Amino acid sequence: MASLIEISPCDGLLPKIAGGMVLSELPFARVTSVAPFKGKTRALGAALKGMGLGWPGPGQSRQGKDAAILWSGMDQAFLIGPDPAPLQGLAALTDQSDGWARMRLKGPGAEAALARLVPLDLRADVFAEGQVARSGLNHMMLHICRSGPDAFDLMVFRSMAGSAVHELHQAMEAVAARTMIG
Amino acid sequence: MRLNCPLCGDRDLREFTYYGASVYADRPGEGWSDAWDDLLHLRDNPAGETTDLWYHELGCSAWIEVSRNTVTHAISATRLLAGRGKAPAKGAKA
Amino acid sequence: MRIEGKGLVDRSNPVGFRFDGRDYTGFQGDTLASALLASGVRVMGRSFKYHRPRGVMTAGSEEPNALVTVGRGAGQVPNVRATVQEIHSGLDARGQNAWPSVRFDVMEVNDLFAPFLGAGFYYKTFMWPRKFWESLYEPLIRRAAGLGALSRQHNDEHYEKAFAFCDLLVIGSGPAGLMAALTAGRAGADVILAEEDARMGGRLLAESHEVGGQPGADWAAGVLAELASMPNVRLMTRTTVTGAYDGGTFGALERVGLHLARPPMDLPRECFWRIVAKRAILAAGAHERPIAFANNDRPGVMMAGAVRAYVNRWGVAPGQTVAVFGNNDDAHRTVKDLVAAGIKVSALIDVREDAVAPQGVTLHAGARIVDAVGRNGLREVIVADRDGKIARIPCDCLAVSGGWNPVLHLACHMNGRPVWREDVAAFVPQPGMVPGLTVAGSANGTFSTQACLREGAEAASLALSELGRPEAKIAVPDAEDGAIQLRAYWEVPDPKHRAWLDFANDVTTKDVRLAAQENFRSVEHMKRYTTQGMAPDQGKSSNVAALAVLADATGRGIPETGITTFRPPYVPISVAALGAGGQGKGLAPQRLTTSHQASVARGAPMIEAGLWYRPSYFPRPKEATWRESCDREVRMVRERVGVCDVSTLGKIDIQGADVGRFLDLVYTNTFSTLKPGRVRYGLMLREDGIVMDDGTTACLGEGHYLMTTTTAAAGQVMRHLDFVAQAHCPGWDVHTISVTEQWAQFAVAGPLGRELLNTLLESPIDDAAIPFLGCGRVRVMGVEARLFRISFSGELGFEIAVPARYGAALYRDLVARAESLGGGAYGMEALNVLRIEKGFITHAEIHGRVTAFDIGLQGMVSAKKDCIGKAASERPGLTGAEREQLVGLKPVPASKPIGAGAHLFDEGAEPIRANDQGYVTSVCWSPTLNTHLGLAFLRNGRARQGSRVRLVDHLRGTDVVCEVVHPVFFDPEGGRARG
Repeated sequence: MASLIEISPCDGLLPKIAGGMVLSELPFARVTSVAPFKGKTRALGAALKGMGLGWPGPGQSRQGKDAAILWSGMDQAFLIGPDPAPLQGLAALTDQSDGWARMRLKGPGAEAALARLVPLDLRADVFAEGQVARSGLNHMMLHICRSGPDAFDLMVFRSMAGSAVHELHQAMEAVAARTMIG
Repeated sequence: MRLNCPLCGDRDLREFTYYGASVYADRPGEGWSDAWDDLLHLRDNPAGETTDLWYHELGCSAWIEVSRNTVTHAISATRLLAGRGKAPAKGAKA
Repeated sequence: MRIEGKGLVDRSNPVGFRFDGRDYTGFQGDTLASALLASGVRVMGRSFKYHRPRGVMTAGSEEPNALVTVGRGAGQVPNVRATVQEIHSGLDARGQNAWPSVRFDVMEVNDLFAPFLGAGFYYKTFMWPRKFWESLYEPLIRRAAGLGALSRQHNDEHYEKAFAFCDLLVIGSGPAGLMAALTAGRAGADVILAEEDARMGGRLLAESHEVGGQPGADWAAGVLAELASMPNVRLMTRTTVTGAYDGGTFGALERVGLHLARPPMDLPRECFWRIVAKRAILAAGAHERPIAFANNDRPGVMMAGAVRAYVNRWGVAPGQTVAVFGNNDDAHRTVKDLVAAGIKVSALIDVREDAVAPQGVTLHAGARIVDAVGRNGLREVIVADRDGKIARIPCDCLAVSGGWNPVLHLACHMNGRPVWREDVAAFVPQPGMVPGLTVAGSANGTFSTQACLREGAEAASLALSELGRPEAKIAVPDAEDGAIQLRAYWEVPDPKHRAWLDFANDVTTKDVRLAAQENFRSVEHMKRYTTQGMAPDQGKSSNVAALAVLADATGRGIPETGITTFRPPYVPISVAALGAGGQGKGLAPQRLTTSHQASVARGAPMIEAGLWYRPSYFPRPKEATWRESCDREVRMVRERVGVCDVSTLGKIDIQGADVGRFLDLVYTNTFSTLKPGRVRYGLMLREDGIVMDDGTTACLGEGHYLMTTTTAAAGQVMRHLDFVAQAHCPGWDVHTISVTEQWAQFAVAGPLGRELLNTLLESPIDDAAIPFLGCGRVRVMGVEARLFRISFSGELGFEIAVPARYGAALYRDLVARAESLGGGAYGMEALNVLRIEKGFITHAEIHGRVTAFDIGLQGMVSAKKDCIGKAASERPGLTGAEREQLVGLKPVPASKPIGAGAHLFDEGAEPIRANDQGYVTSVCWSPTLNTHLGLAFLRNGRARQGSRVRLVDHLRGTDVVCEVVHPVFFDPEGGRARG
């Protein structure tokens, strides 16, 4: 039987490279939004512990083996990777796997490039590895996570992937050009 | 201008959407009444302390009550609208 | 010319550049002004109103005279201060406000008419006839007076904006700024040191003082080397902090690539920074101020501090014979530096009677300058001694020092008012004018080098303790520590000649006195009447002197007269920098559907719907106009089957035990009774009773709903739902999240819709499986999908949704199958015709002023429960015969086109506002009914069905009689959608 071909949000757009920085698309992963039902917060935390995770506070994330949960807003987090079945009945679960373009910006100028677009204080002692935030990438809604000393994982709406890549690439090139003038 | 989101912390104004005076969150009872008229049409315009509503739209989606001074621009407290009626957070105005 | 052995420019590195079409050579480290002075160029600009020749006056961004245009073509930049622009081999600068050149300018004739061109001249002269102002006077005046011009072409140059954060922002890198940065840097604080100049050091680069036993510039270099080695310190040169804003936010303009002959391709020209600092120290120094005397704008008349800067920093002699005029000891310091550099000093004129003569130079104590001679370059000054004796003193440069004005602008940006300090005859800042900002050094009215160093260190210590950081005690090095000796002196009295205050806007002492005489006595009125302080320099060198003259003219003291308001920006900011990133596609993000490429490939013109791009229509061969394509697509849907991407409609997933009653609150009608597998149309009001949005909500399972919104209102509805949930029912179990982007959703509409779907669904459906307003899960080619039986066309209609990664593939497949059934893709135009034929509303109808009653849906406002907007919708005046109500219109004859926006009148009534009966919101040509159709709001419209109205469109010149009909033109029973 015929099957439907999958196309990733950043298909044909990435990677982009400038001045030692690389912007690449993250591999497809199951993304489920998790919002605890009233009175189920504790049970949900326990279920997440069973998955090697936990409920993240605002701006936090929990990393497990092949799984992560990132705070994503008021009373809400994104479970990345695993089947959310163990959480059934404890939280509102919504598939978000296709809703976001997920990218990683990595390299020595990553923080400087994002400073062109994101109104967040991204200094490493303020926004440390594993911390997350909801903010804007210029005019676009953004979910950002510092995934390494010079790496950030970014999520923007799928429909805006083209605009996001364009603006990020421009910022990367501008930062790279500065290193050329010393 | 910067606002302190009770969930996200100190953030740039551009992440927020302004709504209006915080009285808008207090719905009178059913049926048209003077209270409704006041709610929809009458606002104080204080030179000094005021409390208004902001939505952290480019952020965590929380509605926030902001107490600020229209003369000095000082922001004295911010708190979650959903937390009204609960004990105020540290530093929040009663 | 250059002075051997002087200056910090790199003599081994000559740099060629162009000015006014001629080639010059300077050195690496030169500004355009220093290089031109070194080359003997004296006239660098023409004045604003009188077109008088002007030379450079200062050595900083406060320069009022030497304004040039840099570059050619689209990217040319006007009003660049020659004192700020660094030279490079690609530099092509021109004088401006002159024709053919600044050396010879035919508009100089204006200067002859000077007696007529005083303050208020335009107001008084060009009053009448009134209509001539815009058409004749203003264009003429603008051409004659003014500054540089823009190219009027689209500029593709790259500018950028950026954010920065720090514990402490230090503004200015003179002695106070360097000590502050060093103190905070050593204590481990995150410091940004911002300096407007290309080189850090401030006045230490321009003076001959020693600091800590070494030349000031060397001490600065040592501190800078240490700061550069600190990872917690960020040095930003060429960066002017332009404004102080709420919450510790500062604006700053960085000149990134303007000093480079061949900048790297992606390098921005400028960057506008938003710097957020927990604490800030303003150490921006002070501006020296001129003294007004007759013809004090001659090329060659300069500020004494600038003369020292050109000598000491750039190794340039601003003249061969220099005279010095002052009211304070800096005049004497200038003489000393000039003599040390081997430059001839012809005289020192000091207004103080008790001045002491410097060695080897003639002193005129208690004297004043009564005229300056030399139109295109100063030749001599005429001095009146205290006994009235006149002396002519030869000089090609006059160094003037009238005292210093602290650069306190940023401290005043949040409404703080400075205070007058008599001992320094200057306005100084008060503590606490900007929360978190301390002023240090000469910006604070502290003028000795030693005191500046100390204040910088103290300001940093204070900031550190406020930041809760341990203090690092740093020894303040020894330096010059003389108190300022000054006698306030603003103008040489002279009722006959013009003496300039504001050089950039050509405002003289006479203009200020005239303003006072005509009762513009408030400093703010004087400013607006004379335009003093309104040029690109914003009166940096003239504000205090002008108000001193005003104070004198009005018999008040300076503190009572007060100073005008300081507002951002401190220096001019190019609009390109403020709007960086907003050109072209940067204006707003583009939202593309998964079917975008397929639509473009089919030649569909894409139109914007909010941020989304949607296909307008799909042209086929031999279709000459959009109407032909649209008509065909409408017939296709009515007769066969059409496919349309509807993913742009807002989709909100709502879960929780209390969603039923939550939906009852936000919708006018009842949703708590909606069963799983069913869909219901709902209407949403704003709290003021006006319709907010409409759409369908499906019950996917127990406590699990999917709401759809219109494309336009998706964001507003999400915000509204969050508000209702958080403000009115925070205890309820309701969780909302947008799934607009998660699902690619396609309408499959037309009599063959089910047949088409059954060719690709794994289990075929029938009317029982998915009845009208039903929904369910299906599988399509191995993928789990959602199917909704809803119709926006009035035909048998489905919407099928798959995860977005399959969207492109499913769309191509659906369209191909539709085409094989005699149908195909349809676009926004056909969608619009289909819905108008059915009388379905969009935001053209629910435009923010209509009630449920107006659109005939008052029955949907449930009487059994409360809802948002219900109370207000019951207000008097929101229902009743006087309301404009939704109706259908058919022109008579049917072939007559009508347009949206037209207004309605009674037949026979004159089409004027007073007779207005309503307006048209949507129109189309209906290929189904072979007539033009319109939806309109007509006063008491429902009662007027069957009557006729006159439709008049004054813009398009339409005047048509229309029949008023029910807004559902086609299939009013709705049998086709249910079939």
